[in-house]
Amino acid sequence: MEIQEKVIKIVSEATKVDASNIKAETNFIDDLNLDSLDMVEMMMKMEEEFGVEIPEDKTEDLKTINDVTNFLNTSN
Amino acid sequence: MKLNRVAVTGMGALCGLGNDLDSVWENAIAGKSGISKIEDVDPKMWPVQIAGTVKDFQISDELLEPKEQARFDIFIHYALKCTDDALKQSKLLEAGYDPYKVGSILGVGLGGFPFIEKAHETYINRGPRRISPFFVPSFIANMATGKISMKWNFRGINHAVSSACASAAHAVGAAASEIMLGRQDAVITGGSEAVVSGLTLSAFNAMKALSKRNDEPELASRPFDQDRNGFVMGEGCGILVLENLEKAKARGANILAEVVGFGSTADAYHITSPHPDGEGTIPCMLQAIEQAGIQPTDIDYINAHGTSTPTGDIAETNAIKAAFGDHAYKLNVSSTKSMTGHLLGAAGGIESVFCVKAIMEQTVPPTVNLDNPGEGCDLNYTANTAQKREIKYVLNNSFGFGGTNSTTIFKRYEE
Repeated sequence: MEIQEKVIKIVSEATKVDASNIKAETNFIDDLNLDSLDMVEMMMKMEEEFGVEIPEDKTEDLKTINDVTNFLNTSN
Repeated sequence: MKLNRVAVTGMGALCGLGNDLDSVWENAIAGKSGISKIEDVDPKMWPVQIAGTVKDFQISDELLEPKEQARFDIFIHYALKCTDDALKQSKLLEAGYDPYKVGSILGVGLGGFPFIEKAHETYINRGPRRISPFFVPSFIANMATGKISMKWNFRGINHAVSSACASAAHAVGAAASEIMLGRQDAVITGGSEAVVSGLTLSAFNAMKALSKRNDEPELASRPFDQDRNGFVMGEGCGILVLENLEKAKARGANILAEVVGFGSTADAYHITSPHPDGEGTIPCMLQAIEQAGIQPTDIDYINAHGTSTPTGDIAETNAIKAAFGDHAYKLNVSSTKSMTGHLLGAAGGIESVFCVKAIMEQTVPPTVNLDNPGEGCDLNYTANTAQKREIKYVLNNSFGFGGTNSTTIFKRYEE
């Protein structure tokens, strides 16, 4: 599975928002209404699923699906 | 100072006997047991394998969004469900309300203990980075009232009362006081608790507080019986909507009963054992009777704390005799814990619901499994069969570890 596809699937499962409504440019806070606690949990799920560690100072730059996908691409 | 009268206008209940008020009451009146065997657990880790567990419960997506359901421990789900039921019965929402005049005070003894256990397991096995940011909100005792405020926009007083097994009874007293003093027009109160786990059962078992009648779950909770050998843990929730009686009347509410008296004392004696001479419990009952402006002889029914422990039941029996004299033999006593198990911090919530239903139906719910009264247990405990009788005043006792006592008095509503 493409990384982006997998990221969308994880976000969809966590937010209960249909995957077809989540695009590369979808913003976690503006489009999905996630709060700061939701964001921490979302990044924990990404770490778990992709076996990576996302440094705390990096998480605030990850605002969209694309940001996460790019981060994961470069960290692998 | 003139105090406002306090009406009960709605109720919700959930426990091993059923998942709504009607089924809980019908099963209680039929003398059924809500205690069952906990299946599929390792007996080495579960010295006690019986409890009054809730069956087949699933909160609706309307009350708790799907993505939130796994984020809150189950006592919070129970509180939302029972509050929804109670609000529907009260019709308070349809009537309209000042959000700053509606509050919520719930009794919660242990809070989200199961979630604490799970998070600790995660911490030990997988480290601190795997602890969820939603862990703290999932278990703190006041999150049930917090979620109630958010769900229905109640912006009045909002807190949890924690006094072990007297928590919900203290909450009802605190809620009634808010209305009596005019600070709130309506308060959601009662209690919620759900902590059945291997660890909690091991912990209460270590105190020799629990019945280990693992092979006969339905017979294990037997308050006042000579073969009683400890309490049976239950889980669930009991909620009442309390309102300023005049305002409830003005909006055309159906008034189920009144809360007229509250007593609260401490034994100042021992961490877990009741005072043998009732020096906390006797004045507690008398305080409530005094606040109600009545005499002990006016009480028709006592919903006892009656947990089915050898020392607790006789201590309460003796305290009732001391407080009521000859009248102790004329009134009905019963322990609904014989059917629900002991809901710990929520006990006073569901038992307040039983008290109000007893008044509404003029029926005393029974003490089941009372086959041979224990030594000194010689009151009318409404053994095994519900009893019809005239009921005007009902007294509810709830006592807790730490030597804390609480008594509430409910009255049949008359103009």
